[in-house]
Amino acid sequence: MNAPARNTRLIKGADGDWEVVIGMEVHAQVTSKSKLFSGASTEFGGAPNSHVSLVDAAMPGMLPVINEECVKQAIRTGLGLNARINLKSVFDRKNYFYPDLPQGYQISQYKSPIVGEGEVIVDLPDGESVTIGIERVHLEQDAGKSLHDQHPSMSFVDLNRSGVALMEIVSKPDLRSPDDAKAYVSKLRSILRYLGTCDGNMEEGSLRADVNVSVRKPGAPLGTRCEIKNVNSIRFIGQAIEYEARRQIDILEDGGRIDQETRLFDPGKGETRSMRSKEEAHDYRYFPDPDLLPLEFDQAYVDALKAHLPELPDEKKTRFISGFGLTPYDAGVLVGERETADFFEAVAKGRDAKIAANWVINELAGRLNKEGRDIASSPVSADQLGTILDLIGEGTISGKIAKDLFEIVWAEGGDPRAIVESRGMKQVTDLGAIEKVVDEILAGNPDKVADAKSNPKAIGWFVGQVMKSSGGKANPQAVNDLLKAKLGL
Amino acid sequence: MSVDIATVRRIAHLARIAVEDSEIEKMRTEINAILSFVEQLSEVEVEGVEPMTSVTPMVMKKRADAVTDGGIPDIIVGNAPATEDHFFLVPKVVE
Repeated sequence: MNAPARNTRLIKGADGDWEVVIGMEVHAQVTSKSKLFSGASTEFGGAPNSHVSLVDAAMPGMLPVINEECVKQAIRTGLGLNARINLKSVFDRKNYFYPDLPQGYQISQYKSPIVGEGEVIVDLPDGESVTIGIERVHLEQDAGKSLHDQHPSMSFVDLNRSGVALMEIVSKPDLRSPDDAKAYVSKLRSILRYLGTCDGNMEEGSLRADVNVSVRKPGAPLGTRCEIKNVNSIRFIGQAIEYEARRQIDILEDGGRIDQETRLFDPGKGETRSMRSKEEAHDYRYFPDPDLLPLEFDQAYVDALKAHLPELPDEKKTRFISGFGLTPYDAGVLVGERETADFFEAVAKGRDAKIAANWVINELAGRLNKEGRDIASSPVSADQLGTILDLIGEGTISGKIAKDLFEIVWAEGGDPRAIVESRGMKQVTDLGAIEKVVDEILAGNPDKVADAKSNPKAIGWFVGQVMKSSGGKANPQAVNDLLKAKLGL
Repeated sequence: MSVDIATVRRIAHLARIAVEDSEIEKMRTEINAILSFVEQLSEVEVEGVEPMTSVTPMVMKKRADAVTDGGIPDIIVGNAPATEDHFFLVPKVVE
């Protein structure tokens, strides 16, 4: 909150600059087989009300019993966010009335959450890194789902999601721009996916964000905030903040004031609008849930979970930089998804890591992006890509042929070494053969030869011609050496 | 602590309980009687005493993460006044 204003992120207004202040509440669905307080399945997309127990439907007399795995997942998440783990926490009832909330309250944690303050280091597109504070993480139940477009006068309610465990991850108001907010959610998602505590699937609603936005003059006290509910893609988060900050600045510059309220982002129109009907619902009348004892465990329990945490993105990035000599940028790109990092490591093993990084980031990731695939479904395996790099390293194929070979393996599969053999893609290193081509080209272009003697840069034209007439298979270094010798350069 | 008529109406509305105007004053008197009864507790000195959420000296029981329930949509919607394809039907609520 007291971080100095970063000038590059200020927004121009009619009478001077404005600073936007953003805090986020990210709801992450806990990865578990069954629900937080019942034995019904958490699987996405079941038939209506088929993943519902009598507990989830809030039938009279049903009592909640906590799922230990969800507790462990919350602790792992806290550890991954460098946060304090509270050995004792309490579940409260958050009371509100809505048809997809059969209990009439959500079991959540209010005064005593399971995870306290922590921090996340966020890398921004401009190369800068900022530390974003975490206020708390608590466990709570998800609500059911209402469908409003199935019937002219009725809403349909499906309770399959009702009671699924969520982690609400609350940041401090440390974010200062749409880019900050987008980078923060990406990093959070990456950490959760590494930990295996949330699948991060935003399309299925496993990760969604409430975004608190306010604006102020740099150095002034915090302005009145508006909360934008349930934004479900990283791109929309950026758009919603962009729109909302501008809306608030316009109101203030016209001499108006901001009403604290809940708003909805409309992705179709790219704007936020007021959800007036929810205002009264803010009286949640929290109180400790009498059906549940306090959640308690000891430090040894936490330490045992900590001992089994996987290597997280920050540690992996540091290792890629120091161990493989990668640039921070390349290392950052590779560690974003654990699968990409694993793929890279498999390719880099026993090979030149910088070349491996280049191929994974540029050729492979570029190609995957173009076809909208993820690395898990890559047609080219780490083994195949490794073999292609070996063939370059051995001098068997040129870098240019390697790209053709990559295309063939992508489309047809197979062993790259065998493909090179069977299709005659081997680089020609036989000096006699190359010399023959060089001589032919020199003899056929006496004017260019004369030109090259006065302008050594013209040698590039000859290299190109020789490569072309050899079908890209001549060794470029050998071609260069021969040309230089023959032209007397 | 005591409540006024507006507060009684508000609590009733939040709980979605219909209360007739003729009942409000009676309800206010009853709620205030309960509150003053409970207020006696504030005579107890609790300085330095941790708030207690349970009187039983036991830790909370935990379940293993296994799917042991569900698959009973007929029973789940069995008491609902209106259903279709195992969905509950409620009067339309749209933001």
